[in-house]
Amino acid sequence: MTCDDAEILLHALIDGELDASHAREVEAHIETCPRCAAELAAFRQMRETMTKADLRYTAPASLRQRIDAALPKPAAPSNVTPLASRRSVLRGFAMGSAVSALAATLLVAVVVRHDDQQMIESEIVSAHLRSLQPNHLIDVVSTDQHTVKPWFNGKLDVSPPVIDLTAQGFTLIGGRLDYVDARAIGAVVYKRRAHVINLFVAQTSNATHRPAKIETIQGFNIRRWSDRGLNYWAVSDIGSDELNEFGDKFEAAVQNNKEG
Amino acid sequence: MPVNTSEDDPERARRFREAALPHLDDVYTLARYLLRDASDAEDAVQECYLRALKHFHTYRGPAMKPWLFAILRNVCRAEYARRASAPKTVLDDTPEAAEQTPMWHEEQQTPEAEMIRERDASAIRRMVDALAEPFKETFVLREINNLSYREIADAVGAPVGTVMSRLARARAMLRSAWLAEQEQAR
Repeated sequence: MTCDDAEILLHALIDGELDASHAREVEAHIETCPRCAAELAAFRQMRETMTKADLRYTAPASLRQRIDAALPKPAAPSNVTPLASRRSVLRGFAMGSAVSALAATLLVAVVVRHDDQQMIESEIVSAHLRSLQPNHLIDVVSTDQHTVKPWFNGKLDVSPPVIDLTAQGFTLIGGRLDYVDARAIGAVVYKRRAHVINLFVAQTSNATHRPAKIETIQGFNIRRWSDRGLNYWAVSDIGSDELNEFGDKFEAAVQNNKEG
Repeated sequence: MPVNTSEDDPERARRFREAALPHLDDVYTLARYLLRDASDAEDAVQECYLRALKHFHTYRGPAMKPWLFAILRNVCRAEYARRASAPKTVLDDTPEAAEQTPMWHEEQQTPEAEMIRERDASAIRRMVDALAEPFKETFVLREINNLSYREIADAVGAPVGTVMSRLARARAMLRSAWLAEQEQAR
């Protein structure tokens, strides 16, 4: 990475807009470049100084009343949930997105966070569908977690937890390297009776735990959650209750492994 | 299901109020920075909300704030045009030219070593107000309205890469202005 690239990217680093692997690249440059390190420190200090001052304005009450009077009167209150911003839900699901139109050359490889979780999930479903074609499901065939886990080493920037859940009714059958949004992503493959479950694992810069959410896309159920710096998407055609059972057992097993 | 596009539909009015009114302070804040005038900002915000209601049936999400900001920008453009045709206000309305200006460097003064000192909100607001468009807009959307890069790109209709370079330049300009003020005060 050059200083020209870092000059722009350090702002994305300050703003938490880089995914983990690109954040590391910028940090690596900064460790070796005193000038960029000083720039980063100076802009961080400016940001801190600015956050101490309240730079927002508050709309005057008279404006609020004017607008209130100008809008048609609402219906009687109902119990429909207000339209909440999806942003807080999506924050931290870092996936790739090629940035275009940047002056600095290297920046085409830059990855910023995607707020469009929907797009990622439909790619996840596409990856799941691809995996169901003949000879696409598994790169490493093994029911042994100690064979599958090391296989991922060096192929990904993450080490996906590989846990055998055969005793709990979900048989580990192998692992695969897949591509979602133009990035390599780990897929751990399980079977439940005749049904395939793909568990996709990708890195995120956000280490906070996010509870599971189930969605249905093109008839497939996706259970998505985040834990310890990893985003997970479990995809299958099994029912949402069974997919939840899978996720709960997987999360419990990860928890046990960390504690044990 | 037939879509009711009547602005008098009470259910739609309720949904609009729930979705849009919580962002009133944010929209007003952006208007104050873009127009630099309290009463013009109030008029622009009211117009923004009326237009937003009118187009609410076209709203597809996901985030309400960038959508409202995009509408506010259009309202402000009309205000810029009105001001430009008015006799005395001069407006720097050449963002393309501004975009060509090189990034501000002061390496000879080694500004990296110099810390910026704390200032009160009104002094910082003045410095932000003095930033040239489109850098000010990007800066306010990021630092004050707290939008993600993707949301800023949606609101201003520019690629994320452009947002990133504008933001880098806006911060460099603000820092230079800040240091220059400190120098004068010394």
